[in-house]
Amino acid sequence: MTLKDQLDKIRQERKEDIKDVVDLKKLDSLRVELLGKKGPITQALRGMRDLPADERPSFGQFANSVRDELQGAIETRREELKKQLLNKQLEHEKIDVTLPGKPVAQGQPHVIQQIIDQIEDLFIGMGYQVLSGPEVEEDKYNFEMMNLPKDHPARDMQDTFYITKEILMRTQTSPMQARTLEKHDFSKGPLKMISPGVVYRRDTDDPTHSHQFHQVEGIVIDKHITMADLKGTLELIAHELFGDRFDIRLRPSYFPFTEPSVEADITCFNCGGKGCAVCKYTGWIEVLGAGMVHPNVLNMAGVDSEVYGGFAFGLGPDRFAMLKYGVDDIRNFYLNDVRFLTQFSKKG
Amino acid sequence: MKISYSWLQEYLDIQVSPKDLAEKIERSSVEVDSVTQPSDGLKKIVVGKIVSMEPHPDSDHLKVCSVDVGDDELSQIVCGAPNVAADKKVIVALPGSRIGGNVKIKRSKMRGVVSNGMICALDEIGFSKDVVPKEWADGIYFLPEDAKVGEPVFPYLGMDDYLIDVDVTPNRGDMLSVYGVARDVGAIYGQTPKLNHPQVEEVSSLAADKVSLDVDQELAPIYTMRIVENVKIQPSPVWLQIKLWNAGIRPINNVVDVTNYILLKYGQPLHAFDYGKVSGSTIKARYAQKGEKLTTLDEAEHELSERDIVIADDQKPIALAGVMGGLNSEIDEQTTTVAIESAVFTPTLIRKTAQRQNLHTDASQHFERGVDRGGVEEAVNAAAQMMHELADGDILKGIVTGATYDVKDEVVSVTLSRVNHVLGTALTLDQVTDIFKRLGFGVQVDGETYTVSVPSTRWDIHIPADLLEEVARIYGYDNIPSTLPSGPTTIGALTEKQKLIRDSRRVLEALGLNQAISYALTTKPKASQFMMRESAVTELSWPMTADHTTLRMNLISGLLDDVAYNNARRVKDVALYEQGRVFYKDSADQVRPSEHEHIAGAVSGQLVVDPLKNAKNNAIDFYQLKGIVEKYLDNLAINGEVEFVATDRYPEMHPGRTADIQIHGHYVGFIGQVHPSVAEMYKINQTYVFELDLDALIEMPKDMNQFEPISKYPVITRDVALLVDKSVTNAQVLAQIEKKGGAYLKSVELFDIYDGKNLPGGKQSLAYTLTYQNPNATLTDDEVNQAFEKVQSTLTNELGAEIR
Repeated sequence: MTLKDQLDKIRQERKEDIKDVVDLKKLDSLRVELLGKKGPITQALRGMRDLPADERPSFGQFANSVRDELQGAIETRREELKKQLLNKQLEHEKIDVTLPGKPVAQGQPHVIQQIIDQIEDLFIGMGYQVLSGPEVEEDKYNFEMMNLPKDHPARDMQDTFYITKEILMRTQTSPMQARTLEKHDFSKGPLKMISPGVVYRRDTDDPTHSHQFHQVEGIVIDKHITMADLKGTLELIAHELFGDRFDIRLRPSYFPFTEPSVEADITCFNCGGKGCAVCKYTGWIEVLGAGMVHPNVLNMAGVDSEVYGGFAFGLGPDRFAMLKYGVDDIRNFYLNDVRFLTQFSKKG
Repeated sequence: MKISYSWLQEYLDIQVSPKDLAEKIERSSVEVDSVTQPSDGLKKIVVGKIVSMEPHPDSDHLKVCSVDVGDDELSQIVCGAPNVAADKKVIVALPGSRIGGNVKIKRSKMRGVVSNGMICALDEIGFSKDVVPKEWADGIYFLPEDAKVGEPVFPYLGMDDYLIDVDVTPNRGDMLSVYGVARDVGAIYGQTPKLNHPQVEEVSSLAADKVSLDVDQELAPIYTMRIVENVKIQPSPVWLQIKLWNAGIRPINNVVDVTNYILLKYGQPLHAFDYGKVSGSTIKARYAQKGEKLTTLDEAEHELSERDIVIADDQKPIALAGVMGGLNSEIDEQTTTVAIESAVFTPTLIRKTAQRQNLHTDASQHFERGVDRGGVEEAVNAAAQMMHELADGDILKGIVTGATYDVKDEVVSVTLSRVNHVLGTALTLDQVTDIFKRLGFGVQVDGETYTVSVPSTRWDIHIPADLLEEVARIYGYDNIPSTLPSGPTTIGALTEKQKLIRDSRRVLEALGLNQAISYALTTKPKASQFMMRESAVTELSWPMTADHTTLRMNLISGLLDDVAYNNARRVKDVALYEQGRVFYKDSADQVRPSEHEHIAGAVSGQLVVDPLKNAKNNAIDFYQLKGIVEKYLDNLAINGEVEFVATDRYPEMHPGRTADIQIHGHYVGFIGQVHPSVAEMYKINQTYVFELDLDALIEMPKDMNQFEPISKYPVITRDVALLVDKSVTNAQVLAQIEKKGGAYLKSVELFDIYDGKNLPGGKQSLAYTLTYQNPNATLTDDEVNQAFEKVQSTLTNELGAEIR
């Protein structure tokens, strides 16, 4: 058998051996055995010098091709084995993807806060300031300057928590109308502000009454503010807070600090306006009070009601939250049951 | 007030259904609470005639009646009413009918005798016991002789009418009468209501000879009286009774019913006195005198105050003016001469009397909201004439007047441009004129100026803005366009303070705390716990409940109430924060407290609730909450070092697990574990809390310099483990390391604490990693070693540390 035949035999036989190796270590020793310094190919190349000079190049070429072929086979096998090994490992690493995710801590804003923030953002976008006022208020601002003189029926004792005769827990955010009107410099432009905050009433807590709740006051005063502007603004609130399909309707009402006064109803959440028990079959639910600021309120605050005028509104985030989410007991908002608080985490 | 649809129809030609009318009233005038029909929920209740009647064989009070209910055969019905009698037309609930209280009537046997239905009393078919006339209170009701057998009973009792319950705002007292509603509905639909005005048929003798009046006009701006003699007291005709009971008023007798009818119709409260019971001939309207008492018609005795107004004869009060009559001058069956009072009392005085005596009547409610001062005379005339017609009374000549004045129209001017300017409308001169006319106002137009004469029936209108409201509501709010304010642009933005408050909330939420909103009014003890400074309490002068009497001076107590609420419901894991106000007073003399924004947190149980972990091991501890507070303060970027200084000065806090929080040496709040005995008092599990003065945090200078280039030079670290006394704090070690750390010490991190066995008693082992870096060059080992050496020796020298 010629040297070439020997090599050719090695090539054929050992290629099969390579394919049969199932272990990376063995593959490595096979590689050393075949391609190492003591391997048959190295040996054959070394034995080349015994060949006639004219055969050497072709033999050399052949030997190299055998080496390359075997080396290639080893590499291929190595990749195969590595892949098998990895697959085995991956199979071993298999997990139950249905096990629960690891808990993380995430706190939520209070649902009423969410509504207040939403209202604030809406009005900030329209150029309103956000102001907050004292919760312990003077009778003067809470009532008198809001056109509720001392003997006015609308301020009966039982509705108000008094601290002294002249100091009380504010029953409404409306005193912020008087406070800002008094301070505002109209030469610098119109007054546009909202004022969210906590208010207090002398009420017994039950599903629909709370001695503490929230209000957001709004007021716009300038030379050319109309009732139509009020209507448009209230519509925006409804669309922002509840969605575009909600309409607003205005009804006559009475507040001492506005004239005309209106109450705004919104399309019933429950039935979409068709009429149901929730809306007493009217298709509408009352959500806020508003009106054109009473000239007395402007004049008492030192604003000339002949020149300036505008609208004001007051809405109740508690009521909004109750309506929006179907919460049936206002006390839920102040008892802070974690199971209640954490429900309002959906964004958008 | 319940307004009868059919009564309105007497004055107006209403073409819409009661429901549509109610909707229109709601959108143009006042709120409507409900529209109901008294027959709602009732069925198969018909007129029956008792043809004959036998005693029940097995009962001494039941009767077996043969009743004609319009069928071919008579119906046998057993009845136990004491007044059941043959030949009477009665209310029969047939088998399968539904009567009041949603009760179904079936064919049944009563003591063995078949009864095909039930003969009903008024309260059995839905009448409130409060409105059933006394004569029908204890038996079945007899329908009129001409009632048609077999027909539904409802039309005979006014139960087929529709009642529109209007909820009248304080300014619209005019809507508390059928005439008032008719006028407004007329204005809405452009109709003039056909209101009738009484003709009085007087006899020749003079009323003034019978009575004279002595009236304080401050109390009663208008006070008049008519005298009707020879009245025959008897029940009112059914049509009148129906009008009363549908309005929720019990028919009494023809004289009293007339006064109530006039109240419903005109909105003018009247009172009828039995003239025979009045002592002397002078009737006074005056303040009550000290010690005077009066028993009112409801048989309640009132101790009168000197601020109450009474009507009195020459000896005693005979009525609580404008509220309720006195029992001592009540109309009864023997009454022959009636004095009818028609007056206007000062609203605030009536309101206060009604409040003081806790007696709120239809009359007082009318006077509180005002009455038509121009209608006082017509009301008394109408009443007298009805008593003539219904009680055969003789009306004495003339109205006796104790006080009166000339009631004039209110004249108010407004321009068309003002109307359109305020409403945002484009109404024409004629449109607005038409609205005023529909309302029954006189109107003169000069150029674009309206001079409007408002009759006394609309006493709420005084200023141009009132007229604008009239135009807006009659024109219709739906017809007003929707726009947004135009004019100069203004900038809307949160202030720095508002932003920081919002950021504070977001950070604490991101760190796992839920926002709570607790009550600011609490008990005095709770208000005064967890105090960050000294303060006097602010208490309500007249609290509603013992739980809410005092303004809080801390937020933690409210949060602990919340934790207690949760723990009581087996919710163990509670992580809350609250941002809100506390109320301080420097001394008890300070009347109005100052208000301060605080932010506080309370965590009980696990912050991160992991069911796979041991709940106890995973429960909140000081360091976890401290981490939250540190992160929060870090986010606020306050310029200055934050220190936690151990303290035992809060009686409500664990003395060994509480720290004052100081920033740059300024006290801003505290953190720690709630004292176990306080926790027990609140009935809460172990809870960690913090409270911070948010106003102070907002005021503090901020370091917003957030960026520092990341050094490309490598860091070198050295670890050091110290054996020190347990009394040596981490803060002390850090202070020493930082003092001697050298220019390149970048950070120090505690990575191990050990105080277990294998250590000498009273010792602990602390291990720190010190990280060095030169931002401008590569540090050499030598440089680091030198610096590290200094640290080690200072720790040994200053803290007695054994370097391990």
